Amino acid sequence: MTAAFPAAIPHAAPRRDARARRMIRRGLAFAAPAAVLLVVIYLLPLVMLAGFSVTDYQLGALRWSFVGLKNFAAAFRDPVFLRALGNTALYAAIVIPCGIFLSLGAALLVHGTRRSRALWEIAYFLPVTATLVAMATVWQFLLHPTLGPVNAAITWLGAAPVSFLGTPALLIPTLALIGTWQIIGFNMVLFLAGLTAIPKDLTEAARLDGARHPVDRFLTVTWPMLGPTTMFVAVTTSISAFKVFETVAVLTKGRAGSETLLYALYLEGFDYSNTGYAAALTLIFLAIVLVLSIGQTLHLEKKVHY
Amino acid sequence: MAPHSLTLSGIGKGFGSTEVLKGIDLAIRPGEFLSLVGMSGCGKSTLLRIIAGLETADRGQVAIGGTDVTGVDPTDRNLAMVFQSYALYPHMTVRENIATPLRMRELRLAQRLPLIGRLLTPPALRARIAAAVEEAAETLQIATLLDRRPAQLSGGQRQRVALARALVRQPAAFLMDEPLSNLDAKLRAHMRDELAALHRRLGATFVYVTHDQVEAMTMSDRIALMSDGRIEQLGTPDELYRAPVNLTVARFIGAPTINLIPVEADAGGDLSAFGQALMLRAPGPGPATLGLRAEDLRIAAASDAPGFDARVLRSETHGADRFVTCAILAATDLTATLRQPVSAGPAPAAGARVRLGFAAQHAHLFDADGCRKMLRSAAGVAA
Repeated sequence: MTAAFPAAIPHAAPRRDARARRMIRRGLAFAAPAAVLLVVIYLLPLVMLAGFSVTDYQLGALRWSFVGLKNFAAAFRDPVFLRALGNTALYAAIVIPCGIFLSLGAALLVHGTRRSRALWEIAYFLPVTATLVAMATVWQFLLHPTLGPVNAAITWLGAAPVSFLGTPALLIPTLALIGTWQIIGFNMVLFLAGLTAIPKDLTEAARLDGARHPVDRFLTVTWPMLGPTTMFVAVTTSISAFKVFETVAVLTKGRAGSETLLYALYLEGFDYSNTGYAAALTLIFLAIVLVLSIGQTLHLEKKVHY
Repeated sequence: MAPHSLTLSGIGKGFGSTEVLKGIDLAIRPGEFLSLVGMSGCGKSTLLRIIAGLETADRGQVAIGGTDVTGVDPTDRNLAMVFQSYALYPHMTVRENIATPLRMRELRLAQRLPLIGRLLTPPALRARIAAAVEEAAETLQIATLLDRRPAQLSGGQRQRVALARALVRQPAAFLMDEPLSNLDAKLRAHMRDELAALHRRLGATFVYVTHDQVEAMTMSDRIALMSDGRIEQLGTPDELYRAPVNLTVARFIGAPTINLIPVEADAGGDLSAFGQALMLRAPGPGPATLGLRAEDLRIAAASDAPGFDARVLRSETHGADRFVTCAILAATDLTATLRQPVSAGPAPAAGARVRLGFAAQHAHLFDADGCRKMLRSAAGVAA
């Protein structure tokens, strides 16, 4: 600051110096509360997490020691964690595309309606407002092998009843189905907002330019114009897919090898009180989500026009 | 391609309980520049959208080149439209924007797909589209902008891209919906000239919607002046200016707005204004309105008839011409503007008493319903 005013005006320099210092102090005083809050609420927990992750600390233990990267190495040898990783990847592989494209389809259909739009919006949005834990019990009933209406329908069609929550291979796909069901409404509302923002002129210009078929108009105008919305939906859907927890905790409790990342983490941290190890898993989880979100954003940004 | 005619017969359209078009009959000649002009809400844009097929008329027919297209999809009407917002595809470059109408019409869906489409398109066809795009860009002097995106262009440049996209294929007619209203005044005047030149060069049929009478007057072969869902008058700009069929047309056309003076005809048809005889005769008795263009008023000798006594409020010099606004003495709140060349002499001082005179043959008479009536001077000379 003072360097900006060299000895050109020697007499004025000290006064200006004092004033500049006062202004800096005042500025810092104003910025301090926000900065402190930022550090205390966001950065400190992360630092503590990183600290825990290199120790063998167990919640409530009186002694702990530094173990370096052992926790991370252990994670990648831990069959439970690796299974959780695979399960989460499968879950995300189902929920992300279904959650995006089904909601886009629903949004296009709802956007086309005139009077019933509000009704559809509410209907699709209900799962978002309902607690997933509460709704999971409903799903448990719906999918019950003997009591559930889903299996009643399957038997009525002449097939053998399916134990959705009893067959290990079906556990993750079933959870993914519930996850998709839950997320579609939210994504649909986002897509509806995106659709509403597309100027009507563009679609009309496309019609005159020769886009006779609705699919043509979708490809020429709607889909490119939805770029920013799609990017946002893709990123948020991916994050929530990786964060799947409630349905696992309520419906399967991780049995038959159905742990997901967050559930494995929860077991380590809260059931087994392995705070150090859980912290390492959390960091891995954060890294995965971060890398995916940033990668997705960079990849899509090239294609998206704002 | 030979220019096409556009024929509208009995077009009616309502939105809810509001009737915006009340039976429009209009025959647009091949190669004509026709302006649909009127206040906002008069139905001109709706009419254009009905021609384009973007809106469906409740009744009536649209024919292009003699073929009825009333129920035909906009794509198949082969019309090009320039929107007020330009409606450029923001995710495409200028080149892709201009090529879109050709790609849509000449390529099959598979050929339009990214990557594979390129392989499926015969090189000759691709070259033809590229050449047509270049030519359209040359015509509108935007060849250097072809690789930019619309967001990187100024309003005037976007306007040109929109025009290029319209003329890249040979449409049956060009439809323009207030294309210049988003430009600044200077650019608008410039684009007016260019549009008129473009029309001459292409020789195509242009239907041009505007609320700006100056645009309509300067570019059009004919103007259809619309008001309240009807065509009030269809004619050349000169006809609308010289012989407005009613008060609506008289008020809309011309700047400054025509001076309107309330007058009264006695049983014999002799007209008087504010109790003063005007030495003019109407076809019948009753209240009427006298319309006088600014350039038809002059500062006259003290007792010249016909005329009005007035007091000068202000005078504005616009280069070669001067507009003098006067308050009519016999009426409260009634002003009249006269236009005189600056070369006619010094401007009358504000506050000066003047006599505003006019020649009977320049005055327009409108009856109580606003319809034009024949005006004779008391000496019997037809106006």
